[in-house]
This record gives sequence, C-alpha cells and structure tokens, in this order.
Amino acid sequence: MDAHITFYLNSDLIDVTINPSITVLDFLRGEKHLTGTKEGCREGDCGACTVLLGSLTPAGSINYKSVNSCLLPIAEVYGKHVVSIEGLNDRELNLIQHSMLTEGGTQCGFCTPGFIMSMTNYFINNPEPTLEKGIAALDGNICRCTGYAGIKRALENVISRWNSRPIKTGSHVSQLIASRLLPGYFAHAEQFISTIPTLQPSAPAPRFIAGGTDLFVQQWEALLTTDVSFINHQNKESIRETDIEFILPGNTTVEEFISHPGINSYLPGLADQLQLFGSTPIRNRATIAGNIVNASPIADMANILMALGATIELQNGTSRRTLPFEKLYAGYKSLHKDPEEIISSVIIAKHQGNARLSYEKISRRMHLDIASVNSSLFIRTEGNSIVSARLSAGGVGPIPMFLEKTSEFLNGKEISASVMHSAIELVKTEIAPITDARGSKEYKQLLLCQLVKAHFIKLFPELIPVEEVV
Amino acid sequence: MKGYDSIQHVRGESVFIDDIKAPQGTLHAYVVYSKIAHGVLERIDTSEALASPGVHSVLTSSDVTGENQIGSVIADEELLAAHHVHFIGQPVALVLADSKINALRAAKKVRMDITPLQPIFDPREAYEKGSLIMPEKIFTLGDTESAFKECDIIIEGKAESGGQEHLYLETQSALAIPSEGNGIKIFSSTQSPTAVQKITARVLGLPMNMVEVDVTRLGGGFGGKEDQATAWAALAGLGAFVTKRPVKLVLPRQEDMRITGKRHPYSSDYKIGLKKDGTILAYEAVFYQNAGASADLSPAILERTLFHCTNSYYIPHVKAKAVSCKTNLPPNTAFRGFGGPQGMFVIEAAIRKAAKKLNMDPVDIQHKNLLVEGNEFPYGQITEYFYLKRSFEHALEKFSFRESQKRIAEFNASSKLVKKGIAVMPICFGISFTTTFLNQASALIHIYTDGSISVSTAAIEMGQGVNSKVRNVVAHTIGCNHNRIKVDTTNTSRVANTSPTAASKGADLNGFAALHAAEALFDRLQKVAAAELGVTEEKSISIKNEIVYSGEQQTQLTWEQLIWKAYTSRVSLSSQAYHATPDIHFNKETSKGRPFAYHVTGTAISEVTVDCLRGIYEVDSVKIVHDIGKSLDPMIDRGQVEGALAQGIGWMTSEEVIYNQEGRLITDALSTYKVPDIYAAPKEIIVEFLEDVPNPYGPLKAKAVGEPPLMYGIGTFHAILNAMSAYKDDDFEIVSPITHERVLMYLHDSK
Repeated sequence: MDAHITFYLNSDLIDVTINPSITVLDFLRGEKHLTGTKEGCREGDCGACTVLLGSLTPAGSINYKSVNSCLLPIAEVYGKHVVSIEGLNDRELNLIQHSMLTEGGTQCGFCTPGFIMSMTNYFINNPEPTLEKGIAALDGNICRCTGYAGIKRALENVISRWNSRPIKTGSHVSQLIASRLLPGYFAHAEQFISTIPTLQPSAPAPRFIAGGTDLFVQQWEALLTTDVSFINHQNKESIRETDIEFILPGNTTVEEFISHPGINSYLPGLADQLQLFGSTPIRNRATIAGNIVNASPIADMANILMALGATIELQNGTSRRTLPFEKLYAGYKSLHKDPEEIISSVIIAKHQGNARLSYEKISRRMHLDIASVNSSLFIRTEGNSIVSARLSAGGVGPIPMFLEKTSEFLNGKEISASVMHSAIELVKTEIAPITDARGSKEYKQLLLCQLVKAHFIKLFPELIPVEEVV
Repeated sequence: MKGYDSIQHVRGESVFIDDIKAPQGTLHAYVVYSKIAHGVLERIDTSEALASPGVHSVLTSSDVTGENQIGSVIADEELLAAHHVHFIGQPVALVLADSKINALRAAKKVRMDITPLQPIFDPREAYEKGSLIMPEKIFTLGDTESAFKECDIIIEGKAESGGQEHLYLETQSALAIPSEGNGIKIFSSTQSPTAVQKITARVLGLPMNMVEVDVTRLGGGFGGKEDQATAWAALAGLGAFVTKRPVKLVLPRQEDMRITGKRHPYSSDYKIGLKKDGTILAYEAVFYQNAGASADLSPAILERTLFHCTNSYYIPHVKAKAVSCKTNLPPNTAFRGFGGPQGMFVIEAAIRKAAKKLNMDPVDIQHKNLLVEGNEFPYGQITEYFYLKRSFEHALEKFSFRESQKRIAEFNASSKLVKKGIAVMPICFGISFTTTFLNQASALIHIYTDGSISVSTAAIEMGQGVNSKVRNVVAHTIGCNHNRIKVDTTNTSRVANTSPTAASKGADLNGFAALHAAEALFDRLQKVAAAELGVTEEKSISIKNEIVYSGEQQTQLTWEQLIWKAYTSRVSLSSQAYHATPDIHFNKETSKGRPFAYHVTGTAISEVTVDCLRGIYEVDSVKIVHDIGKSLDPMIDRGQVEGALAQGIGWMTSEEVIYNQEGRLITDALSTYKVPDIYAAPKEIIVEFLEDVPNPYGPLKAKAVGEPPLMYGIGTFHAILNAMSAYKDDDFEIVSPITHERVLMYLHDSK
C-alpha cells in the first residue's frame, strides 16, 4: 500500500516509499526530526504546523501556498516543494524572524514558526503588501501569549522594511532573497522540482480524498489503513467561464474560487465574505466538491451554491449525470450519490440583469470558525419586484437547507419590510435547529431570522428602512 | 532587550518535550480515561489492548509501586482510578506501546465496567448537598449589617462567570528516562518541578533524591501546568520505572482539553449598599466555586477570590463568604489570576447595577471609591506605594475618556443597528503567594574559567520572559555582557525545593535570588580586582560592560583576565543564594495580615462596537495605564500586558466551556472552543507604564506583571454591555462569557 513519493523538502530532494496517507506533519517530525513544525491541535485550527507548499505552474514558476501540514497527506506533495521553518533559516535571522524578535512577536515560541511561515507566504505572494491583508494572511494562526500586538508590530515592520528595500528590480523572488525574506536557494527551487518526473495516475481506490481538510481532522488514524485515491492535484483543471455559466471542476479549491476574476465580477463582495471560510491555509486546500460531499449542515460553499441554484455533475468512470444542488442531500451526512461517484464539476448558471447574492455567516468567533448559522440569498429583481429568490440556510437542520417555501413566497413580491417579515415567519416553519456546541436551537432560529433581515438590508438599503427592521 | 529564547523560537529550534529526540527503545504512552462522570469502577479488562500490535504493557492502579495519590494540597486525587471514578476524563489506565499510533489503537481496546452513581455538576447544588472540598471561608471588615442601615440604596444580584480552558499551545507532556540505581529522570512541561519530583517520588515509593526533574521551557502554562502537569509526569515516570524503558507521554489536544481542569466557574450572589452620592458603604458576597472532583489548588484559589473581592475599591464594611464546591467535573485549577478575576467580576457587576439604580455613570462610582494610600483591605493590609488613583485619572485624561463617551453617544444616536460602548476597568492585584511559605526561591550561578556564566534558578520559562529578566539582573549586578550568560534549564538537582513559577512571582523571587547570588560573586570579584590592581578600597571597584573601573578610572583588566585571576587565586566562582519575601504574614484563623509584598494597579479603557442586528462585536481598542514599578524589561512587560489582556477578553467573550448533561465536555477541540484570534484581539492596544514609581519591594525596583492585566478584560465585558444598552434598556443578567449567542438573545429574545 506504500507509495513512492518524490518531492523537495527545503533544499533537499526526498525520495521515499511510504504510507501515502501519513501527514506531512508526522513525516517532518517523526521521519526527518524537523521539529520546528509543531503539533498544536491536529485539526487545522491553530496553524502551529503551517508549512509552504510550492507547485510548479504551467509557466514554469512555483506557486507557494501556506497549508496545515497536520491535514496534508504526503501523497499530495509529490513533485512539489515543501518548506518548513528550517528551510527559511539562514546563518543570520531573516527579516521576518528578526522583526518577530525585536517587536515582541514571540513569547513561548510554540506558535512562532507557524506565524513566520504564514507571513513568509504572504510576502511571497504579495509584492505590494499592506498591514490589513497581512493580518488576513495570519487568520489561520493562533497565539495564546501575545494578544497578537507584537505580531502585528512585526508585520508592520517587515512591510516598511520591504517598502524601503534598496533593490526593486529583478524577479520578485530575487528581491525577496535580496531583502533577506527568503534564503538564496529559492532562486533555483523551480529547477529542483521540474526535474521530478510527472506522477503516473494510480488505479482508483474506493476512498476519495480531495483537500482532506475535514477527513484528516476526523479520520487521520483510520486513513492510515485505508486504500485512498488522492484526487486533489490529479487532472487539475481551471475554472471555465462561458457566456452562460461557470464550470468549476470538483477539485477547485476555495481559494481558486475566491480569486477567480469572473466569479468576482459576477458575485461582487463574495470574496470578502468568504474570508470567513476556514482560514487561509484551509482555503488553500479545501475543495468545492469536498465541502459539498462532506454534507455538513453548516458547509459554507454548499450554502452559497444552493442559493445560486448550482448544478452538480457526478461522474463514475466515464458515465456522468447531473443533479440540481438541492436534490443532492438525502439526510444528515447522506447524499443521493453512489460511493463510486465523484463530483466532477459544479455548474453555476449566469443570470443576466439584476442578480445579487448575499451571504451571511455567524460563528462563536468570526474568523477561523464553523458557522453557528449561515445563510445565502440569491435574488433577481426587476425594478422593486423580485423575479426569483433562492434562500438557503445552514445550521438549522440536518443538511444544508434550501428554504423552498420561503423562496417561492418571495418570487414575484414587491420588496418591502413587510414582505421580509412575512418571509421570516415562513422561514421558521421550514427549519429544525438543534442545540449543540455552536448554540442553542432558540438562538439558531433567532439568528437565522436576523440574517434574513441582514440580507435584505444589505441588498436593498433603499427599500428596507432600518426602523422597520428593528 | 530581546526575549532570551527568542532567537531559537523564530528559527523553530527551541526544544519542547515532544521535540526531544526520544532515546532508543522509548515507549509511547496513551491515557485511558473514564467515560462516566461518577461511578464504581467494577472491572478493567486490558486483555484485548495487551494483544494489540506493538503494545508493551497496560498499567492500572494496581501497578503503582508507591502511593496512588497525587493530591498536593489535600490528598484526594488518585493517579489512576482504583475503585471509583469522579469525572469524565479521569485516568484509569496507561497504555505503553512502541509507537504513538499503536498506543492510541490499543487504548481504544481497554474495557471498563462502571456502575454509574448520581453525579453533581452545579456548584450550588453541591453546596446544598454538603459536597464541599473544605469548610467555607469568610473575610470581614467592619460591620455590614449596621452599615446597610446607613445606605441610601441597596442592590442585590447574581453574577456568573464561566470556566476557561488554558489552551497552552504545547499540550501536557513528559518524557521519563530510567536512571542508574532505580532512579528516574523526567523532562516535564511543568510550572512546578518540585511538585513533579515530590509526587513522582511518592507514586514510585522513592526518596525525592532519586527523581530528577528537568524543564527547559513550556509552550505556555498560564497556571494549567502548575498542579496539573504532575499527573502526566508521574504516569510517564511510573511507566519508565515499571518497564525500565524511557516513556514519552504527550497528551493529544482533545484529551488534554477533556481531561485537565480549567479556570473555575463561579456562581455568586452580591449585596451592595451605597450613599446617594455613589459612596460604597457596604458589600457582601457569597462565592460558589465549582472546584470539580478534587481539591487541586482550589482552596488557595478560593482564598484569592476573597482577597480581591473588592477589587480596587475601599469599602469600609465587607463580608465575603466563599465555598469550594465538589462536583463531578475535571478538577479545576490555577489559571492566570488564580480566583482573583472571579472576585473582581462580581464587584464590577454590583457597581454596574448600582449605577443604573442611582442613575450615575459607573465610572463615577468607580472613581469615587478608589483605594488610596493608607486604606485598609478586608484582609487587614494597608495600601502603600499605591498609584491606583493616579493611573485611573491619568488614563481618563490621556485617552480623552469623556470626549470618547460623548463621541460614542453621538454615534449611537445616529446609528440604529450598530452601537458602540466604552468602559473603564481599574485593577488592584496583590503580589505574593497567599500561601506564605511558598514565597522563597534560590539561585545558583557558576562563572566558568573562560568568563562565561551559567545561571540556574527555580523559575520556569514559559514565554513570560523570566529567563531574560534573570539574565538582566545578573548582567546588571556583575557588569558582564548579556551574551556571556546562559540561563540554564530548571533542574531539581541544581536548584532544590522550588516553588511553582506562578502568582506572577517568578521574576520577583528568582530575580532576587539571582541578585543575591550575583552580588556575592561581585563582592569576590571586587576583592580579586582590588588585589590585582593594588587598590586598597575594594568597594571602589566597579564593572560596567566588562570593563573594570577603579573609582571613575578605567583599568586595563579585562573580564576574562579577572575571572582567570579569581580562579587561579582559588576564589570560588560559584554562588548559591536564597531569597524569602520579607515582612509578609497572614493568619488563616483571623483572615488578617499582610499577605502581599505589594499590589499591582492600573486602569484600562475598552471601546467596542456591537452589531445589534447580528449579535456580534469587535474590540476597537483597549488603552491602558499600568504600574510596573521600574521595568526589568519594558518589551517583555508590554507583551505580558497585551497578552494577558487578550486572554482576559477571551475569558469574558468567546471562550465558553460547556459540559453536557452527562458531564462530558462538548467544547473539547479548537473547533468548538474559541480563543481570540488575530481579529478577535483588540484592534488597538496602547500600554503606558506609569513613570517614577519604583517599587521598593521588587528586584531592581520592578513589579510583577503576569496576572494583573488579565483582569482588564472585565472592562471589555462591560463595554459590550454598554453598547448593548444603547440598543435596549440595560436589564442584562451578568453572565460571562458574553458570547455572540448571549448578545443576540439579550437583545432580541422576547422571553
């Protein structure tokens, strides 16, 4: 069952035959004794294990992403460049390390390497860094000591040093090296990995893993003894946009979805809202299909796609069939899908004219958290009347819910506060929340009602006077 | 000055327990625990686990070679449950296997037969049923009964504060290695090496000198590794002792969260009486502490609640009662503030309610009643070197508090759904272990013949920068460069009988001990230098930056020459010194005395924004004026204030410890238990230290810093309530944490 895996770890070529489901975290710490990468939670919720994962782009450069090594099976790093904190170390401290030191960004030190990896990833991918976006890049890292103040100061310091760098010519990577943000070997990293032969597709196994960001939380131990097909980076295709639709390959990551220009212009503002999806390293790995088949009642992408009226394409070998999104879920964690079928793509139809989406998510902590309740409203209007509305809600039933009655009720109505209030009364009849760690059922019902108000206030500020909402 | 360990931290080269390269043959341990909150342990079946691949052995209580008892204050806690289980998570067996994964797999195969008994989870219910850890404690000052008759208004109420998971990033861990002659060496992530040594010796049936405990650093402690690191070290020790092989025990996160205790939840009643002008005359409180299933440090924590029950205020008549209630939850334990925050939370709630009744601004009541120099606390101590009022007034002025209030009122008048709130939180926290005998420390300094220095103390480095401070003290005293000094691991063979690094006292006690040791060495070096330079007045010799001066005169004698000269002159280059905090005492019978060397005070102003539509909030800023004495290291102290503040805000806002009806923790992972992330922390934190406030009771005039700023978080709680009250009339129950759920339910639930 072992697999042959070839990749670059820092500046070294690694060529191992190993259980493909072992996590990169365990490989680094256990096999390589590279202990700068820490295990803090083993569920992608602390970021102490953050490493960089560099993939060769068609253009021949390397695209680096920060990822949680605790959720990253080693099979997924074939042909890639894995960078741990040890791979950033030079004789002298680099600029980020030095700033963390001088600005009080490190106290106990346990979370520190993870923060430094996330910051490094930010500077690799952003030649024009800002404090706000730099903070956003640290949304997957938890520090229990500093209150983040010293870390923000460190970030600010690196940004200002970067902005005043003497050499502003040459490739971005060469400038990062010259500014002591990366060690010199990064200049040749793409040459390292381009020598690794392309991975030959292996025979499909009964268990599929895409991003693995939830499976490796729940089942990392069982996966070590399961025959697995890793489908994330195999047959990697891009999002296709036509005049009438977007076709998202199932293994599109949330990050790829967020950063797609066409999606952004069709659904303005969604990218910002989706900063509440997991964290940067999670979004870098989590896939659209994974979020859908996971069938969690509070799955964020499922919630949005349901409102958008997306179509699911299921594939089994060469046979394919399609399904409207809301027909996919059968019950709690169960799907109208054969185990052999995978979600090959998700199709989002483009509507002409006045079509708008509002997405709302509230959790115990706003970032790096799972929703208590989420909801999306996709609404098409003509003048002040609703042509069609699709309202979804998560966390208020056993599956990601399409609120069919409420949606139907809204169709054709003139937008007003009273219509909104009537819709809310209908919403209450369609849901069945339960009390759990994310809130009481009373809270979840109230919260969903509030989020429906939020949709309307946000989408139609001129038609819904705030006085009539309160 | 940079944190001592920081260079290694930023390179990922700092070694934590799980990073130690395990010796060949190391066994990995996995703890099997009770899934029932209360019951009779009828039988443990380990046969299937023993047959599991890679398993070496499965230990139960009958394998304990010494006493199966780890209670440190009260002997009421078994290492491995023998006949009864008292909480979900109580260790029952220890699986030892050749790998972590094999230990984990085998642990699932250990079977337990437990006959359930009726559990208790609520502290008031425990109190009614007489389930107490120890007899109740009462502090009194003056006569509340007659004072209430003098009051214009009397308010009574209830306040609830929740538990708090420590969430140190490094989970509980230990590596035990058998040593020669049947001894054990333990590398432990503990704040209390001596507790680990003593309890392990007790468990194994060894004298303490056969157990050596070594601690390099902790990946966070916050009190959670003061008493509760011991069990894991003792279990690893037992495993190593029985198998004669090294044993590593690292709790996985979820187990750590389920098994270990947390900050104590408190349910409290208060009664406060004031004059119409806002003067507080009398205050009564009853604190029901939810201690969990065994004493742990609860008695001392309970006592500190009483010490701080009046927070920063002078109240002439006080009667405070506290009861430690025994329930079937994991034993709750020390957490930054050690019961103090829970006490302060209640008086601040009382002031809030009184202000509403009097139609006054709470800030004016706070201000009017602030403790000043010469006031008496309910425990008899008199304030001295006391700058609380100065910090309060300075904060209000410097951070334009009145203008901010006005600005916020204007904002709230024009904003329907989004409201802002502001609140002030003064703090006053006593510094010393309230268990007086713990206020001692020793230090050992060696100067090697090449001029390099090794310093050992009882202090544990856990990110608070104590090693840096100790190094600063030694460098300052001896006159050598910082980079000559290595602060060594904390090791029970080098420094014995260590008090825990706790109570914010690490730098004070160990800084003083190191100071004394360094002074002794410096005295000797003065003599050597005087002899070498032919100077008769040896006290005129000084060393600055390794340059030897005779009076004002710079000499040619180098540091290295001086050290070599001392060595060849047969002058000892080692020094051991001891420090005990002077002039502290406390009579447990009368509850009066001078328990604290001094107090730390300060004032914070929190400003928040609440989205009343969605029931969410952001902390816009917290601006602080804080008394740190003469800081031993301003960067470290600033970081301590900022970090403690964020932790206090977490306790008051998003961090909610929830047990279900069976007593099982349901917030047992980082996905359900939410500590502040970079967005939940205040967007802006300003920390200003009061100037010219040297502390005569601290090393080099410094003050302790670790715990007090946590309590500024209580101000953020009130800022949120203040913003909410701009949306809906303030009749809010005082329940923390003020989660998003509570905000929305308070604002919109019609019930």
